[in-house]
Amino acid sequence: MIGFILARLGKSAAILVAIVALNFLLIHAAPGDPAAVMAGEAGASDEKFLAQLRTQFGLDKSLPEQMALYMKGVLTLDLGYSYRQQMPVADLIFSRLPATLLLTFSAFAISLVLGTLAGVLASARVGSWADTLISTAALIFYATPLFWVALMAVILFSVTLDWLPGFGYETVGAGYTGLRRVLDIAEHLILPALTLGLFFMAVYMRMTRASMLEVRGLDFVKTARAKGLAPRTILWRHVFRNAMLPIVTLAGLQAGQLVGGAVLTETVFAWPGIGRLMFEALAQRDYNLLLGIFFISAAMVLLFNLITDVAYRVVDPRIRAS
Amino acid sequence: MEFWKRFSRHRGAVIGLVFLLLIVAIAVLTPMLFPSSPWRMVQRPFLPPFTMDRFPLGTDALGRDVLAGLAYGAQVSLIIGLISTAAALLIGIPIGLIAGYFGGLVDDVLMRFTEFFQTVPSFALAIVLVAIFQPSIVSIIAAIGIVSWPPVARLVRAEVLSLRSREYVEAAILSGQTNTTIILRQILPNTLSPIIVLASLMVATAILLESSLSFMGLGDPNLMSWGYMIGAARTVIRQAWWLSFFPGVAILLTVLALNLIGEGLNDALNPRLSRKGK
Repeated sequence: MIGFILARLGKSAAILVAIVALNFLLIHAAPGDPAAVMAGEAGASDEKFLAQLRTQFGLDKSLPEQMALYMKGVLTLDLGYSYRQQMPVADLIFSRLPATLLLTFSAFAISLVLGTLAGVLASARVGSWADTLISTAALIFYATPLFWVALMAVILFSVTLDWLPGFGYETVGAGYTGLRRVLDIAEHLILPALTLGLFFMAVYMRMTRASMLEVRGLDFVKTARAKGLAPRTILWRHVFRNAMLPIVTLAGLQAGQLVGGAVLTETVFAWPGIGRLMFEALAQRDYNLLLGIFFISAAMVLLFNLITDVAYRVVDPRIRAS
Repeated sequence: MEFWKRFSRHRGAVIGLVFLLLIVAIAVLTPMLFPSSPWRMVQRPFLPPFTMDRFPLGTDALGRDVLAGLAYGAQVSLIIGLISTAAALLIGIPIGLIAGYFGGLVDDVLMRFTEFFQTVPSFALAIVLVAIFQPSIVSIIAAIGIVSWPPVARLVRAEVLSLRSREYVEAAILSGQTNTTIILRQILPNTLSPIIVLASLMVATAILLESSLSFMGLGDPNLMSWGYMIGAARTVIRQAWWLSFFPGVAILLTVLALNLIGEGLNDALNPRLSRKGK
């Protein structure tokens, strides 16, 4: 197990290095002066400032040297300076990261639990009205643009019905502390997490349904039935546990998309995470910040994948043997 | 004929096809139906929908016709969806073919490369690419192509691996055909049906991606697109719900239609696979 984790860590590290190289390439492939790219429009007009940046980034050195310099910077988590926000990029990102983690993990948990439950329900009664309803809903959620459903949720639940806050992370200026603050944040979290989770709910539901139907036809299920076990026991203990395996794999792969989706959801709900930060970076053409966020979100995905890979081995001992 | 019979057995797919043909017709006829530019101010701003027959879906914050915007947006969505899928196929198919056919080190290197692009968060990468190379129809298509080819490469590789040891391929090797001939004439044609199914679903994903990019303000500044319309309406959502509602419905229905068509194609082209679990 430890050998496996080490091997996976090595692979993740290689991918991370490749991403840094890609970032470096992008800065140099961008039209215009790399120093101007790094500085965003902040320094575009000031020649002296740009010259200072050029020496700072070592742009007067050879390309391989510059690459080494850049690599060393990023890998020690020095992601450069955001001239727009007047703050180091790493500080900006890490101050926003908790909000994004809270949002993505909530959305992930909601979609996984509701999606698999709906999938099990649909597969237990194939062809019934419940199956038709769940399958149709999944088909629609799967085709719905995330940002649009988020906006519609704001119109319906926040503007029209006034049930839930549609903006921000907590009530500004309320000064809540302790449990009251937790509840306040939870209330703000409901809409963003639900809308972000909707698409993935559809994915997990379709997967679970297909996977349940497939496992149901296997021989060991017939044996269980022949032994006279209760249908409910067969459904949960035999079929469900085996049907879950492909879902765990898929869940890991989907992590990357979840981070991408967070950009859209956070933009709509003004959720102060790195997704919203990315939107701000775009609006201000702050490329250094943009690339920093890209790097951190890729690192998040790698971590997520690593966790699911390990989880997979815990869930399914057969993999360890092979 | 057999194909059509199997396809039409999937009722949703037929509905999807009819709807898609309608969208295509609208996109083609747009210059005739709405001769003036969708960017032109035609009425007072924030005209609610269903109040004037001339502008049934109302106008936006700058008095532009929402219906005309939707029609021009259909053009943009379809064109970007199709071309970026073609771009993804152009990258993914050769990589899959080469990796699967030659195996060994070549396969290893190409698959690591594919894995890299599969791991990187695709929407974030698309944002970075479009932002750095400046938003334009070319950079958007390139970015969508670059983030969506890995599934194609993996699918083609898996297909090639299963075809590689077939007798007719071995016969072709023995008869002295070159690798290129074998790959293009013997193997590629037999991998086409799963590729077609995947491609139809990829067009849907590409349309969603394009709309997300333009929603973030990364659309081609010269093109009226559905995502742009929603993005521009985001800040006035409290006054004017229709500005974001209608373009969203257009995206939803188009993507839904393409997904249904993909399911129908799957039933028609891979009949054995689709019967499973029914």
